Amino acid sequence: MRISCRVNGEVREADQVWPGESLLWFLRERLGLPGAKNACEQGECGSCSIYLEGNLVCACLVLAGQAQNRDIVTVEGLAEPGALHPIQAAFLETGAVQCGFCTPGLIVATHDLLRRNPEPSDAQIKEALAGNLCRCTGYAKIIAAVHLAAGRLVSAP
Amino acid sequence: MEFLQPTSWREALEMKTARAEALPIAGGTDVLVDLNFDRHRPEVILDLNRVAELSEWQPANGRLRVGAGVSYSRIITELGQRLPGLAMASRSVGSPQIRNRGTVGGNLGSASPAGDAHPALLAAGASIEVTSLRGSREIPVDEFFLGPKRNALKPDELIAGFWLRPAPGPQQFAKVGTRNAMVIAVCSFGLALDPEQQTVGTGIGSAGPTPLRAGEAERFLAEALGEGDHWRSGQPLPESARERFGELVARAARPIDDVRGTAAYRRRALAVLARRTFAWAWQEYTAQ
Amino acid sequence: MIEARPLPTRQRPLAQSAITGGIGESVKRPEGVLKVSGDFPYSSDLWAEGMLWGSTLRSPHPYARIRAIDTTEAATMPGVHLVLTHADLPGRKVYGLEIADQPVLAFDCVRYEGEAVALVAAEHPEQARRAAAKVKVDYEVLEPLTDPELAISGEGPSLHEGGNILRRLRIEHGDQNAPAEVVVSGEYVIGMQDQAPLGPESGLAVPDGEGGVDLYIATQWLHVDRDQLAAVLALPPERVRLTLAGVGGAFGGREDLSMQAHACLLALRTGRPVKIVYGRQESFVGHVHRHPGRLRYEHGADSNGKLVYVKASIVLDGGAYASSSTAVISNACSFASGPYAVPNATIEGWVVYTNNPPCGAMRGFGSVQNCFAHEAQMDKLAQALGLDPVELRLRNAFQTGDSLVTGQPLEGSIPVAELLRRVFSMPLPETTDASRRDLRELPGGVSNTTHGEGVRRGVGYAAGFKNVGYSEGFPDYSTARVTLRVVEGRSQAEVHTASVEVGQGLVTIQGQIARTELGVSQVVVLNADTRVGSGGSSSASRQTYITGGAVKTACEAVRERVLEMARSELGDRAGRGETWRLADDRLVDASGRTVIDLVTLLGDEVVSEEREYRPRPTEPLDERGQGNAHLQLAFAAHRAVVDVDVELGLVHVVELATAQDVGKAINPQAVEGQLEGGAAQGLGLAIMEQVLVTDGKILNPSFTDYLIPTILDMPPVRMEVLELGDPLSPYGLKGVGEPPAISSGPAVLAAIRAATGREVSHVPVRPDDLLDL
Ligand SMILES: Cc1cc2nc3c(=O)[nH]c(=O)nc-3n(C[C@H](O)[C@H](O)[C@H](O)COP(=O)(O)OP(=O)(O)OC[C@H]3O[C@@H](n4cnc5c(N)ncnc54)[C@H](O)[C@@H]3O)c2cc1C
Ligand code: FES
Ligand code: FES
Repeated sequence: MRISCRVNGEVREADQVWPGESLLWFLRERLGLPGAKNACEQGECGSCSIYLEGNLVCACLVLAGQAQNRDIVTVEGLAEPGALHPIQAAFLETGAVQCGFCTPGLIVATHDLLRRNPEPSDAQIKEALAGNLCRCTGYAKIIAAVHLAAGRLVSAP
Repeated sequence: MEFLQPTSWREALEMKTARAEALPIAGGTDVLVDLNFDRHRPEVILDLNRVAELSEWQPANGRLRVGAGVSYSRIITELGQRLPGLAMASRSVGSPQIRNRGTVGGNLGSASPAGDAHPALLAAGASIEVTSLRGSREIPVDEFFLGPKRNALKPDELIAGFWLRPAPGPQQFAKVGTRNAMVIAVCSFGLALDPEQQTVGTGIGSAGPTPLRAGEAERFLAEALGEGDHWRSGQPLPESARERFGELVARAARPIDDVRGTAAYRRRALAVLARRTFAWAWQEYTAQ
Repeated sequence: MIEARPLPTRQRPLAQSAITGGIGESVKRPEGVLKVSGDFPYSSDLWAEGMLWGSTLRSPHPYARIRAIDTTEAATMPGVHLVLTHADLPGRKVYGLEIADQPVLAFDCVRYEGEAVALVAAEHPEQARRAAAKVKVDYEVLEPLTDPELAISGEGPSLHEGGNILRRLRIEHGDQNAPAEVVVSGEYVIGMQDQAPLGPESGLAVPDGEGGVDLYIATQWLHVDRDQLAAVLALPPERVRLTLAGVGGAFGGREDLSMQAHACLLALRTGRPVKIVYGRQESFVGHVHRHPGRLRYEHGADSNGKLVYVKASIVLDGGAYASSSTAVISNACSFASGPYAVPNATIEGWVVYTNNPPCGAMRGFGSVQNCFAHEAQMDKLAQALGLDPVELRLRNAFQTGDSLVTGQPLEGSIPVAELLRRVFSMPLPETTDASRRDLRELPGGVSNTTHGEGVRRGVGYAAGFKNVGYSEGFPDYSTARVTLRVVEGRSQAEVHTASVEVGQGLVTIQGQIARTELGVSQVVVLNADTRVGSGGSSSASRQTYITGGAVKTACEAVRERVLEMARSELGDRAGRGETWRLADDRLVDASGRTVIDLVTLLGDEVVSEEREYRPRPTEPLDERGQGNAHLQLAFAAHRAVVDVDVELGLVHVVELATAQDVGKAINPQAVEGQLEGGAAQGLGLAIMEQVLVTDGKILNPSFTDYLIPTILDMPPVRMEVLELGDPLSPYGLKGVGEPPAISSGPAVLAAIRAATGREVSHVPVRPDDLLDL
């Protein structure tokens, strides 16, 4: 099966895709975009979070074929090459990253949260990020990172 | 494995008739787990995502018709006022990522006893519209579930959507899980009060081979409310009647012990959920 | 000069930013930019031209004899390059951390469900899976031995030569018959916990074309992997080269081999790079777990609440293979009575073989199971004596000069009482009317189970401790090579070790130490690999201490050489060379005046030194369990505040508070991260995490049913970090990683007991336990 879709603004294609392949596998192994992570492949951890047609989804739960001609944004597409998005910078600064395996997914999920709710409360952050497991940090610094990023984005011109 | 991608409802039905073995996929939040975990290798996959009709909802003849492909997120934001019970259930489903993709149609397709939409649909007296090239039929939701993960669909049929009335009164949904988010129900309970018809609807999840209604409990509560003229007066039910309602709900369950919980716990918890959800619903009713 | 070895990826090569802060600062992790941008190459992200995928056929039975294996059909499946079984193994057929008892591929029998039996290499992972499913294994299914008590009794099948008792340990301390006025006893059952690191087991093996192999791998100890692999592959160690790939968390789950040998075997035989990535389900059988245990305790005290004796019997289920069980039981026994002075103790420990999943290392390593028990006992004792639980603990808290039940004297700062006082004095979270709280702050969360009904609050305390570093005479050391040279007109230090960054921040800390010791602004830490000597494992809270010590020692050697260079080149002007030091990229004199800047001094010179650091050795325990078996001890205390819905048995942890002595915080932000993350794992074990095993089969090998805390389950952690120093360790630091995971869970259980008035003895606590069901 041949699949073509727009990823981070660029049309990408791959041939001989097995129809049972997930979009996660397609992105990671066929397109060489490993930013979305493969921690559970059952939708439970959110480390594969990406945007599909502007919706936050788990790439592991989408068939590659379902992404045909669709628009995808991954963590690799959030900032200009060589730069960090304020959310990425905030995760780094607050110590919200340890092993970092959950981080790309959390950053995309935070991005989705902040564009819908620019100044979320703790409770709102928790509900929005409940599908992103982190085994290392105990989450406190992730919440701090979201607040820090939110503050900077809101006050940015 | 073959991948079919119809772009219209008609085409989808034709494909399903031609290839009865085709496995429909909507949000994929159940199907992909089976694929990724190597539990299932369907010969044909039928992607319903490009069938625009499935992701629409509209009022019709005093009822709402909701397409099978409307996601939980949209139910919460677009139908939260009209279908509060289903919206509460939807809010408890998985995570934002799951709610953005997962659909009620998929929940019904999987027909898991633990599906969270089911108790809400049962309580609200929904019916399921299923269609094939042979035509459409409406199945009352309490006749839709035939067994664990088995539903009333014929091999050539697809779920088109479901019908239910905009909530005529308070609705509640509560689900027990051993984590504060992202849990499959240990057991769940949906409740709908209908002050117009003076009836009560219930739905029990994850405590039997299928989602269940607690018919006796429904009748008991409706009678108790009717007899004491509570609908009009708004007076609270006596404690004993509320207890009894809980007991009858628990008794309607047919739970087993499994990895998520014990049968005894499920019964106990259902009685508590039934009492509490009724108290909240009644409070809301009397506040109006 | 050694350059960083590139990892095989399709991404830009690993380029970490340089480190510019010294010890004591919250320096940002140098690999962090890559991690937040999605470019950090984890072991599952690797890729090489012509790469094949490996898949593992695993046993569906917990115990069975293998009569025959037929791979004919599998070998002819589309895309398949190779199928391997035990018959194809070139070298040693078994491996293991302490005892080589685990088959690389099962030969005569399988001893647990999920044991590896055959391997396939194919073009696509789906082809590899389909082919693996076609390998025909003729099993004679046997009755599994799944009850550890039965294993002790000697009945049932003997699973290994020498019987099923993997290790039995008895500690006799003081008077074995001391009478006490107040006696409490209890039996505690601890479930099996999974490390559940988010990154699955994975790696890429690349044959070098000359019979050797390069393995890019997420592990906790490169050299111990290498040595086991060399034996299995029948290669000299220098032909098995390991390079660390990004590690997605470890927590003990990567101490044993998983797919390492399998990928290397397939790569060497096919001549192609081979990648293996476990799925989550496979991960549950692909690594060892925390030992489940049954612990029976009796505490005796006098009427003032002074402990008179502790008697404990600890039975841990080691599962099918030894892993690090023998060391885990030693810890479990050594620390069985908790951080309390007890004059008399009898501790009896067993760890046994069964046909359950193998168990081994997990954060806390033996100290977690016993902490649940001794802390429950302390609460019981307090109740029996009518004393406040904290007061009872204070009366018995270890002090300098006391000794462990192993007779080892307690030296240096032993701040148990101080830590308890601190958590006790921290302000409590306010109690608001439960019926007015947001759903997200109630038990059940958005599942909407209570609006305040049935919610009771409880507060509980616990203290715990464990050793840092290896014990019982196991050689502990680490190696570091430090190089100083001029790069692009700036002086730069490079640090190279084989010590593994698992997320704890070791790379950052190595750079901070070099920065402090050498006074250079720019430090680069090379990716870990086996081209430098062993760093030991990233476990036992030991790396900052031991590898930190190695980096410090190597830096000192480099510094000495630089100073020497300066003295001989500049002439020891009036003998003041003795007081010269390095700071701010310069050589300065005692008053801080520049003698010469480093760039000028070094010129083209490359100053490079490799050093090993060895802390004070430990001793084995004798037949009465006595001996100075442990290096350093690290302590923490926790307070938990919980809300329990007593009608539904659901728990919401409102807050955790902790105090911990870290000796010296090398990186304060990283310390906080350890305290928070460790507490989350303790909370998980206390209220939700358990690998459910029935008849040797795991019932919940997925993140759907093995639940770990989400962000909605984890409360804020209030903390006080003490820096009391240690005269023996580098900078006075203490290991930080494990104590947060030890007393956090027991504090949660104590709080649940306080809220419900129930004697909870099963960990994790289940809703049924709180409802008399
Ligand atoms: C992490 C995670 C958490 C979850 N949490 C919950 C939860 O809290 N509560 C809950 O109830 N569920 C939960 N689920 C399960 C799942 O999300 C729901 O069952 C969801 O409703 C499935 O919808 P879907 O559109 O994704 O279905 P799909 O996976 O696409 O399909 C599910 C089934 O329905 C069939 N199907 C789909 N559409 C049709 C149609 N139109 N006609 C006929 N058959 C059809 C498919 O063939 C398939 O058998 C969770 C799943 C995951 C991965
Ligand atoms: S990998 Fe997709 S949610 Fe875990
Ligand atoms: S940082 Fe390791 S899982 Fe989140």
